[in-house]
Amino acid sequence: MLSRECVRFLRALPHKFKVCQMSTESLTKSQYGGRHTVTLIPGDGVGPELAASVKEIFRASKVPVDFEEVIVSGVVSTKEHTLTEALSSINRNGIALKGVLHTPLDTGAIERSLNVQMRLKLDLFANIVYCKSIAGVDCVAPNLDLVIIRENTEGEYSGLEHESIPGVVEYLKVITRQKSLRIAKFAFDFANRYNRKLVTAIHKANIMKLTDGLFLRCCEEVSKLYPNIKFNHVIVDNCCMQLVTNPYQFDVMVMPNLYGNIVSNIGAGLIGGAGIAPGENIGNNAVIYEPGARHTYKTKAFQNVANPTAMLLSSTHMLKHLGLGSSANLIETAIYRVYKNTDIRTMDLGGDSTMSGFVQELGNQIEFLMENPAEIRDRTDPFY
Amino acid sequence: MLSGVRNIRYLKKFCPQTQQFRDNSTQKQKVTLIEGDGIGPEISLAVQRIFEGAGVPIEWEPVDVKPIVLSSGKTTIPDKVITSLQANRIGLKGPLETQIGKGKISLNLTLRKVFNLYANVRPCRSIPGIITKYKDVNLVTIRENTEGEYSGIEHQIVDGVVQSIKLITREASLRVAEYAFNYATMEGRKSVCAVHKSNIMRASDGLFLKCCDAVAEKYPDISYNKTLIDTCCLNLVNDPSQYDVLVMPNLYGDILSDLCAGLIGGLGVTPSGNMGKDGLALFEAVHGTAPDIAGQDKANPIALILSACMMTTHMGLGMYGKQIENAVYKCLAEGAKTGDLGGKMKCSEFTDAIIEMIHEDKR
Repeated sequence: MLSRECVRFLRALPHKFKVCQMSTESLTKSQYGGRHTVTLIPGDGVGPELAASVKEIFRASKVPVDFEEVIVSGVVSTKEHTLTEALSSINRNGIALKGVLHTPLDTGAIERSLNVQMRLKLDLFANIVYCKSIAGVDCVAPNLDLVIIRENTEGEYSGLEHESIPGVVEYLKVITRQKSLRIAKFAFDFANRYNRKLVTAIHKANIMKLTDGLFLRCCEEVSKLYPNIKFNHVIVDNCCMQLVTNPYQFDVMVMPNLYGNIVSNIGAGLIGGAGIAPGENIGNNAVIYEPGARHTYKTKAFQNVANPTAMLLSSTHMLKHLGLGSSANLIETAIYRVYKNTDIRTMDLGGDSTMSGFVQELGNQIEFLMENPAEIRDRTDPFY
Repeated sequence: MLSGVRNIRYLKKFCPQTQQFRDNSTQKQKVTLIEGDGIGPEISLAVQRIFEGAGVPIEWEPVDVKPIVLSSGKTTIPDKVITSLQANRIGLKGPLETQIGKGKISLNLTLRKVFNLYANVRPCRSIPGIITKYKDVNLVTIRENTEGEYSGIEHQIVDGVVQSIKLITREASLRVAEYAFNYATMEGRKSVCAVHKSNIMRASDGLFLKCCDAVAEKYPDISYNKTLIDTCCLNLVNDPSQYDVLVMPNLYGDILSDLCAGLIGGLGVTPSGNMGKDGLALFEAVHGTAPDIAGQDKANPIALILSACMMTTHMGLGMYGKQIENAVYKCLAEGAKTGDLGGKMKCSEFTDAIIEMIHEDKR
């Protein structure tokens, strides 16, 4: 039952919030004869290798997905029309799998990061990073299961800065009520849908009283609509300390843009590094799946040493979004079996296996599972 | 270890009053002592007793920082604190209660503003006897403390749209970078790493980086590199041993200094120092006042003791600091701990154990 107050609140929200898309199949736009078309942007650094391994695994597990590959790169200067092409492809398909694009540090302070541009142009307002430990991975926090939800379009990533006088630079952090309410609503909807008990807002409202204060107030306001979900808030510096000492106290975390960048990397570090944590960016009209900790690992490119786990798990989240839960379960179970039953580890986890070695073993596991489908863990829940 | 020449260069630059004191070494140097609230008096007493036990040639000047309410309704710190710190140039501070509410300016903030404490330094070193999941931590975070994201300039543009300004200036960036490289030289550390997010904040963090680059050129002996804040966090959790001295703007410093404290066991064991202009320095325990155990002799004095050891290095009395530090580490390794670390000792017993250890080492 919705209280009268609650109904009034929902009515007051702009239309967008009401259809906050958490439903799985509403977004699959391009589907012909049971096959889905997905935009694939391999990305920079180790991205192309990871994309190749995803394609290989999809082929092995007979996933009905066709990739529409678009090459966008932050290393060579990207022409405006390449980005436009990529965006129109994503708009057409409504869904994309993407590697991380490199952001050069020395472009004379004009061009914005391609990753940020794509997120802004598609209005992908929510970034989710899943920090769930995998049994068998040697990491700081085994059995961890937390979800980091980050506002993805404003805050510290506004890109508005100017040099007032030589030697004095101002950068504007912008927080709006509309976007704060939207992300807070998204976080609580997420918690509600996946049966999670606690949402924690991360902020620095004791110093940034207006900006982070507004964000916090919006979270508090939305939390009142979800009496079944507990809500608390933690200051960002304390949160980071708590994460490295006792991360198990958190469940779903929601925060502004920059804190999300920092916290999701700490979270990824806790479960074994950037090679493990999958992520996704969600908007009203499109979704992009990409590794949770956004690193290109340029120095490791083309050496066949990258860990494809994060990219593969992102792709299985994508499959669930497309309603291909059984394929997703097949691949995920295979990944867990590799970590649980074998000692094949890539370099980032202290092993000496190559990426292709890992993918080959994963292929074996998939073959095994296809012959013994009873072994596949049947979890209809898209999140685990 | 400190080499003589390096040490003197550092002292001349960042602690000029010490030279004066050295010429006249029979005289004890005065240190302002702010005991703080809650458990503050107990842990301050522990430090005083240990310093007496080790024979450190300083004289404490305790001051009270009970806030004064001005006629305008705002609060300020008593003049006595300011005059004492201005005269002594060195202070040690226990935890202070932060008052929440409008019109009340936090005392920490007031002290920072009045004395222009521009750099916050926190050495984080794995402590024997305190087990965490992270091994071989030995790094120092140096945080710019006067501007950046905490400039406090915020306004509402229209209803529902607010902005806050992150301010980066060349002057402040150069100052903190200079301090970081000098610190690294003085402490015999090998590398300095600037932490930034200039792929997003190109001009502001870019300026901070440029300043670090410029200063780095003057210190060819120290290796210098840069890392993005997100990469740094990822690596700190995975393998903290790869970092040495980290220098960064305010917000990143706030986050990383607490994170690093978490790596070694929390704020209760992490020392901290604030550097101001002309060598003024305030060393402090950054943990809370723990009002629930105040006056029960249960407090853990390690953070304040280690901060006091940092202070001795800053004053050119590093040998005493080293001695005390070693004694603390030895006691902890032998299992002497207060309740919060899983031990059974009272604050006073722990203090006795350290003093005993210092005497033992001397023999």
